[in-house]
Parts: sequence; C-alpha cells; structure tokens
Amino acid sequence: MKYSCIKKEVEKAVAQANFCLRPDVKKALKKAYASEKVLKAKTALGWILDNAGIAEKESIALCQDTGLPVVFIEAGKKMRISGGLIAAVEKGIEAGYRKNSLRPSIVDPLDRCRPSYKGMAYHIDFFSAGRKLKITILPKGFGSENKSRLKMFNPTAEPEEIENFITEAVKEAGAQSCPPFVIGVGVGGTCDSALMEAKRALLIRIDKPNPDRKLDRMEKRIFKKVNSLGIGPMGLGGKCTALAVRIRKIPTHIAGLPVGVNISCHALRSSVVELE
Amino acid sequence: MKCKTDKKNLTGMRKGSSFLFTGCIYTARDQAHKKLVRLIRKNQKLPLSLKGQIIYYCGPTAAPNGRIIGSCGPTTSCRMDSFLEPLLKKGLLGMIGKGPRSRNAREMIKKYKGVYFLAPSGCGALLAKRVVSRKLVAFPGLGPEAIYKLEVADFPLIVAIDSCGHSIYPDI
Repeated sequence: MKYSCIKKEVEKAVAQANFCLRPDVKKALKKAYASEKVLKAKTALGWILDNAGIAEKESIALCQDTGLPVVFIEAGKKMRISGGLIAAVEKGIEAGYRKNSLRPSIVDPLDRCRPSYKGMAYHIDFFSAGRKLKITILPKGFGSENKSRLKMFNPTAEPEEIENFITEAVKEAGAQSCPPFVIGVGVGGTCDSALMEAKRALLIRIDKPNPDRKLDRMEKRIFKKVNSLGIGPMGLGGKCTALAVRIRKIPTHIAGLPVGVNISCHALRSSVVELE
Repeated sequence: MKCKTDKKNLTGMRKGSSFLFTGCIYTARDQAHKKLVRLIRKNQKLPLSLKGQIIYYCGPTAAPNGRIIGSCGPTTSCRMDSFLEPLLKKGLLGMIGKGPRSRNAREMIKKYKGVYFLAPSGCGALLAKRVVSRKLVAFPGLGPEAIYKLEVADFPLIVAIDSCGHSIYPDI
C-alpha cells in the first residue's frame, strides 16, 4: 500500500465529510421535518436541510466549525505500507483542509494563537486480521464536544439512573450545541475508554436499530426522555431534540460503572476510507 | 419570515420575532473579544467604532476560490458573556450568535437597550450565500477569529433577547 494513495484517499474523505451530510443523518432530519408540528422548529429543520443541500452542491463546509479531526485507524496485521501510515494520514488531512479552505481550528491549549491544521486526535487499532486498512475521519465540532460528560456510577446503579444522567447532559447542552443531536454513549471500561466508546458510538449508522436488544431498549427509552425535554432544533421547541441515541458497551471492573456521553450536533460528519 | 429590516428598527423588536436582515455586521468571537476588552481597559483606541453596530459571533472558514466567504454560522454566545458589558458601554447595539445567555448578560442587554439575535446554527453554508461582501478590519493574526466587516442581505435572524431583557430561553 502506497503512502501517496493513502494521502490522496484521506484528502478526499476530508472533503466528503465536511461537504456531504451523512445519508443516515439526512434521512433522520427529513423524517423529523415531516413530523414536526411547531412552526419555528419546522422552519429551523428546513434551514438545516437547505444548508445540507447547499453545502453538497456548492462545496461549502456544512459548518464553519470544521472540527477537530478525530481519526480512527484500523490496520490489518498483515498490511504493509511504504512510507509512514501516520504521516500519510496527517498529510492527507492537512491537504484536505487546506485545499478546500476548511477552517483551521487547532491551537496550542495555552497560547491560543495561530490556528493550524496540525494536532489531530488519533486512535489506532492494529488488531484486525488481513491486509485491510480502514480510516474513519470524524471532524468533531466543539459546540457539542464542550458538553461531553463522564460519570463514574456505583456498580449497583439502576439503568434509570444512567438514563437520567444522559438526559441531564442533553438538557445542559441545550440550544448551545446545535440540536437536534446524535447522542453517543459509552458504558463500561475505564473513565477514558467510556468516553472513547461514546465517541465511537457516533460512527454507528442511526437508521438501523442496535442489534443488542437490551441496548436497543435503553436507546429507545433515552430517546423518548430526551425528546420530551422540548429543546428542539436551535432550542426553538418541538419534539425533535435528538435524532438518535447510540450506545456502545465494553466490560468493566466489579467496583465501577463508568458512563461517558459525547454529543454531536446535527451536522454529524464522518467518512470512511477503506483500502486493500 | 415575516418581514425584512435594516438596523433602524431592531431595538423595537420583541423576543421571538423572526425576520431577514440586510446591512452590515462585524464578526468577532472569543479571542477578538478578549483583545477588544483589553484595549478598552487600557483606554486605547479600538480598531472599529462599536456605536450602533452589530457583532456576529462567528469564525468563518476561508473563502474558497471565487467566493466571498466560506461557511459562516454562529458560535456559542455565552462564551462572550463576560466581555459583553464593556462593548455595550461603547455603544454596541446588537449581537448575533447561538444559544442562551447568562442572567447578567440579559440584564446588561436590558440596561444598555441592546438586542441579541439567533442565526440558524450549524447552517454555515446557507448563511454564506447571504453574505454580499467581506473586509478584514482587525487582528489578522487571529486567522478565522479576526474581525471582518460583512455586508449581508436577507440574513435570517430571530430575536432571542429583546431590549426589554425578555428572552426566549431560560438564563444559564
């Protein structure tokens, strides 16, 4: 597998993610628009859908916050790359952002000067079999990222307590984080991996039910609670505060029950590069 | 959209009114606010007169080839709350952003007869089409956070906090 090929594909994926709303998200927005009764909320959903149309047709970023690119790499054990993998991805992302005039939003956390394209968040898994390379790019906007939550529950906590915590996190995010949201939840692991699973949950398609029936029921209960908060698109009311809730779980310790919440705004952007 | 308007009748508008605005606005977000307020505290001259002006909490993407501006939606307004009063004191009339504000910010808006608007959040591509011109005004070193003067036409806005201090949102 060639360095130049990875770089080129990542560059394309950056444009794809920033200009084209994910089809599953678009589908959910259309459904919400059709069923919304509150006029102001319906108008807002109409703006969101028009925005997606203009962004795709005219190659203008869906949102000026082109995010901090979070990159997930799954590399097959037998994969061989000429040149460095990370360097290829990094260059591809930088070229994708630069060539498409996407906003540089990354700064030193203390200096806060000269925003650049350097400093993506990487998550690399090397344990998938075969020769395949899968790169997922999630440009994560910070209006919603700022409302991330973590709680270390007691291991005896009831599902209802967890569901209320998630609902409360959504309430706090409110109109600031560009609802309607997709709510990513990570249950289990350690404090850091619970939040990581929450972020990974945002990559799951939202037009299919969770194959785990217990999680599916939990997602549906949270979805119902969240959508009765009355926040709605742009915080203008109505019944659509969330487009979906996605939960991932991983094993945890007998003494704990970490729960991470990572919220995405309605402009949930992610794209995938798969190379053999 | 019920009506079109320009700056003259903005302060008379009540919370919840939605309209299309045509006129000039200035972009400024976190770092530009910090710089402006620092200049005010030091009694130094500001790079723009704020009197009767509107600040748009926005850090646009750069203009792709042949365009006036890139994606340019609003950012979260409450981060600018602590900088609000000195700017209102300098005559700032309106602010455009997204989301609720603090109680203090709402009271300041009432005290100085300002007005706070929402622009469609997460709709930067749609809003880019309503920008007629863009000019760099100050702090080029801040990149996307620099202050730009934008002429906008039919820019969709909703009054979130009116000049009487009434808000469509609960305070945060």
